[in-house]
Amino acid sequence: MAALLDVKNLGISFGGLRAVNGFDISIEKEQLYGLIGPNGAGKTTVFNLLTGVYKPDTGKVILDGQDITGKKTIDISKAGVARTFQNIRLFTKLSVLDNVKVGLHNKHHYSTIEGILRLPGYRRVEKEMNERAMELLKVFDLDGHADYLASNLPYGQQRKLEIARALATEPKLLLLDEPAAGMNPNETGELMEMIQLVREKFHMTILLIEHDMKLVSGICEKLTVLNFGEVLAQGDTSSVLNDPQVITAYLGE
Amino acid sequence: MRDMLKKMNKTTKSNLITYGIVIVAFAVMQTLISTGSISSLLEGLMVPLCIYIILAVSLNLVVGILGELSLGHAGFMCVGAFTSAFFSKCMRDVITIAPLRFILALLIGMAVAAVFGIIIGIPVLRLRGDYLAIVTLAFGEIIKNLVNVLFIGKDSSGFHFSTKDVMDLNMEADGTVLVNGPQGITGTPKDSTFLIGVILILITLFIVINMVNSRDGRAIMAIRDNRIAAESVGINVTKYKLMAFTVSAALAGAAGVLYAHNLSTLTANTNNFGYNMSINILVFVVLGGIGSIRGSMIAAVILTLLPELLRGLSDYRMLIYAIVLILMMLFNWSPKAIEWREKYLSFGKKKKEAVK
Repeated sequence: MAALLDVKNLGISFGGLRAVNGFDISIEKEQLYGLIGPNGAGKTTVFNLLTGVYKPDTGKVILDGQDITGKKTIDISKAGVARTFQNIRLFTKLSVLDNVKVGLHNKHHYSTIEGILRLPGYRRVEKEMNERAMELLKVFDLDGHADYLASNLPYGQQRKLEIARALATEPKLLLLDEPAAGMNPNETGELMEMIQLVREKFHMTILLIEHDMKLVSGICEKLTVLNFGEVLAQGDTSSVLNDPQVITAYLGE
Repeated sequence: MRDMLKKMNKTTKSNLITYGIVIVAFAVMQTLISTGSISSLLEGLMVPLCIYIILAVSLNLVVGILGELSLGHAGFMCVGAFTSAFFSKCMRDVITIAPLRFILALLIGMAVAAVFGIIIGIPVLRLRGDYLAIVTLAFGEIIKNLVNVLFIGKDSSGFHFSTKDVMDLNMEADGTVLVNGPQGITGTPKDSTFLIGVILILITLFIVINMVNSRDGRAIMAIRDNRIAAESVGINVTKYKLMAFTVSAALAGAAGVLYAHNLSTLTANTNNFGYNMSINILVFVVLGGIGSIRGSMIAAVILTLLPELLRGLSDYRMLIYAIVLILMMLFNWSPKAIEWREKYLSFGKKKKEAVK
């Protein structure tokens, strides 16, 4: 079976700094894949390369047989890659429901004229969007807060909302950038269950960046370790975490 | 599901209140005017009031909903005013039915202002914040100054254009000057009425409110709140920024059409189409509460009527005007005032309490 995401020799330089070099990764459908590495190793840069925020100097990114190398962020989103951010980026002054509805933007259409004149197309599609958004919110237990402004949600729920919004775009691949950052052990446990749930319920392929080793070893099937922009180790979670190179570079001893 | 219905009703209710305020205010003023219990000065202020309200609501689309600072709004008003005045003057004897002529002039004024919105929007919307403000300010001034050097005449052989003076038009003896540079356009039919103004306000409100509460409006507000996140879920940032900017320009053009058909002589100077006007409109929007459509309307009304009502106080007039500006600012933005308002005046408004 061909991999859902196939990245070969991905690289980018910022001025004289080679931030990511020769990065390869291959993720199967419905796999939960972890990307780890010390601070500044280039993990978020990889995400930015995969989502078109930066254009790679070298390499190829193939998503489900489609070449998305160097495409624009919008086109990559349409091709089926959704992401969350390390520092939460919600639409703070929109309601929780509207945040998800923005995620549904490209899946439900009506024209500007239909919207302004409130034609039947507007009513029908808005109803669909509301129902779909509420379904998604229910999965994350946020349906009771649909009316709240996104900025008024507590931290943990903001993280969930960001994932719900990403899923609204109906992606093939979900990128989570440090989903457990700033969470206490209880919340992290809850998050782990939720990520598993998302994978099963939506048949989602997930690539996540994480520092929390409990989370990584708990749910990731495969790992890639980045160090100074290069792949240090790659493979099954247990073998990678026991790799002496990884232990010296990252876990320390 | 039930919460959702409730929420939708709340937004609809709030919007209906906005339309209601306009209609009731119109009815009251119209009654006062017809019973003659209002000074002619105040009566003459009704159309300008409608113009300012339309301008404030349309600028709110850019400043409040899109979250970008534009200081060239008077420029788009200028485009709408001059194209429509030019059209109406040319068609004065061809189309004798005043309402039809006005509607055509309105459509042309709005369309040309929208085209200018697109032409200016494409390059300038790459900028943000202060930079965008300065560049739009410059474009507004450019439009005003271009209009001031424009000479157009018409004779038996057709239209003549010049950017120098009337003599340069080289017209036959039967020629008439239509646009006379700094002297502008004279003899535009006075088709604007208070009723037309109010209808235009309602149309503006309808377009802006419905747009904000649609798929497009959500995309525009998403860009305002977080551009990077909006891009990451596949929102075309350039397209929606341009859409907000263009609709706003077209509506400012409509205000310009109303303005042009309210005066017998239309000229472009700093006070009506220059930065003075642009800043004035921005003041309405900021004081009314950025993003609050009803607020910009109320601010426009108060700040337009106030200097006129205070005319009797002569020297103290501008002092009181300034104090009112400060008080309105406090009422809108100080945390204590917001708290008080939510406690006593929160009819039909969304409660914005935090969870837990």
